[in-house]
Amino acid sequence: MNSQAPEATPQHAPSVGQPYTRNDEASHDLSIRVRDLNLWYGKNQALTDINIDLFRKNVTALIGPSGCGKSTFLRCLNRMNDLIPSVRTEGLVEMDGQDVNAPKMDEVALRRRVGMVFQKPNPFPKSIFENVAYAPRMHDLVSRKADQDELVEKALRSAGLWNEVKDKLQEPGTSLSGGQQQRLCIARAIAVQPDVILMDEPTSALDPISTATIEDLMDKLKKDFTIITVTHNMQQAARVADYTAFFHLGEIIEYNDTKVMFSTPAKKKTEDYISGRYG
Amino acid sequence: MSDSFDQISQQLKRRHRKSARLKYISMGALGLAAAFLLIFFADMLSKGLPAFQQAQVNIEINYTEEAATNGRAAVDPEIMSVVSRSVVRVIPLEMRNNPELLGTTQNRWVLADGPVDQYLKGNRVRLDDEEKATIDQLVENGKVDMRFNTTFFTRGDSKMPELAGIMSAVMGTVMTMIVTLAIAFPIGVMTAVYLEEFAPDNRLTQLVEININNLAAIPSILFGLLGLAIFINFFGVPRSTPLVGGMTLALMTLPVIIISTRTALRSVPESIRHAAFGVGCSRWQVVKDHVLPLAMPGIMTGSIIGLAQAMGETAPLIIVGMVAFIPDISASFTEAATVMPAQVFTWSGEPDRAFVEKTAGGILVLLAVLISLNASAVLLRKKFERRW
Repeated sequence: MNSQAPEATPQHAPSVGQPYTRNDEASHDLSIRVRDLNLWYGKNQALTDINIDLFRKNVTALIGPSGCGKSTFLRCLNRMNDLIPSVRTEGLVEMDGQDVNAPKMDEVALRRRVGMVFQKPNPFPKSIFENVAYAPRMHDLVSRKADQDELVEKALRSAGLWNEVKDKLQEPGTSLSGGQQQRLCIARAIAVQPDVILMDEPTSALDPISTATIEDLMDKLKKDFTIITVTHNMQQAARVADYTAFFHLGEIIEYNDTKVMFSTPAKKKTEDYISGRYG
Repeated sequence: MSDSFDQISQQLKRRHRKSARLKYISMGALGLAAAFLLIFFADMLSKGLPAFQQAQVNIEINYTEEAATNGRAAVDPEIMSVVSRSVVRVIPLEMRNNPELLGTTQNRWVLADGPVDQYLKGNRVRLDDEEKATIDQLVENGKVDMRFNTTFFTRGDSKMPELAGIMSAVMGTVMTMIVTLAIAFPIGVMTAVYLEEFAPDNRLTQLVEININNLAAIPSILFGLLGLAIFINFFGVPRSTPLVGGMTLALMTLPVIIISTRTALRSVPESIRHAAFGVGCSRWQVVKDHVLPLAMPGIMTGSIIGLAQAMGETAPLIIVGMVAFIPDISASFTEAATVMPAQVFTWSGEPDRAFVEKTAGGILVLLAVLISLNASAVLLRKKFERRW
């Protein structure tokens, strides 16, 4: 536990809405805690005073209109924003009690535990096998060839892709269809056995059938991983997410159990967005 | 009230005429360029192709006691006038190396003298009628014949045109280019990788960038002066050698390689970098495992084009002493050598008419090498080109 981290006091309540009531204890297991997070692109503030608790082995959806900061927030969680020179952040992002922005935190170690799936499927222009095997080998998770084969098969099975590609593992990853490519990217992310998988609008470039496949997959994967997904699509959030956070103009307007949020939103803005009055 | 179709087409006529005129002017420009190229190639081929043919004489060599000291004694004096002096010069040497030759006689095709070659190629030469008659007679008897000029491709430079070849220049070029590539490629690629993938975008890197771009536009002879001042005078690198020539040309090639490598790196989509960072690659792993392999075809293409440019360069090499008379094929990087364009330059200054065709022949060889280099660059790009 980082000693400098502020204790969760009432003014740092886990949500802008009300506390959660879920029946199973496991769902209250805290994975990522964010306190007073502010982020600027140069002079433009993109995130303002973000406070949120993200729970282990659940799907959390971040929704909101374009440019509301949901993807920017997602990238704070594995420090992908470090790649943009003009970005400046303040505040606390804690994973398992450790400050991810602390000087001693290596962003490579962080990304090993927080995998990411991007908006556009971006498999490496290598073979399907290499796409999955590359990262575990790089992180020294496998040493023997047999272990590697086993790990690739396991990751591809988890991503629901194994039956489709088992006979063509040496073909380029880019030869697959869009939906398959995205599942390959998911297999690539889970191959290093992370705790958290970030998904940045993973289905926005896919057709409805592939989207349904990925949504089913998210539902299965949450048994083993904490999934945080950004989506433009409110129906998708309602279908797959246990919790939903509504972002608007760089702030979290409301964060709650998905069912509660979609049936009885606490804020007028949320209600207007969910009912399609803007966004 | 709006214009009728008639009025509109009236206006349009003028515009169409204008665009047609422009089209014909552009086509004319292209035609002119093509014509110049055609004239250039036709002239080079007509002047240069004869260099690949060489008159040879069939003579009888008698390895007598006397020939062991005086090579002229081995050949019939009557035919001696049409044989290259280079042939008789080596006879004593041959006999010393192989004593068994003494007392034997051999029939052999040897190089004809330069003027004979020129006479048979229909060029004006200083031969009197009697000599011309002798040659005509020999040709009729099948004793003199035009054959493929292997000498041109196997020997170094010579003051005797029939013995002058381009091999020493080719070897010099190869060694110089090895040095150039060995220096410019790693430094250039690493510089580009640093600037493109690691460097922060600040005043200093912008200044470096601008200067690299300017460097590519500097007259090449200045690089020669730099090579002379720094490599030869300061570091004491031996002059006229492939080492110093290659180092000088490396300076010239560096900006080309840096610029083309940066372009190639920039063309690798950002999504690949994100994917690699996303699975926990360090910056160097992103570059080494993902970005560089994808950029490699572009880097190779740029390097080959830079190398081809360096290969055709003469000016900086004049300054570091590589434009010289080099009869021997150099075997090491620290021996005096010359390069192909420098050899062409040297031959073009020779007074003997026979060197005109050597000059053109040298240009043809240089052109062939350059065209095949550029073609391989295009092929590389085509082969490894990737669509995203």
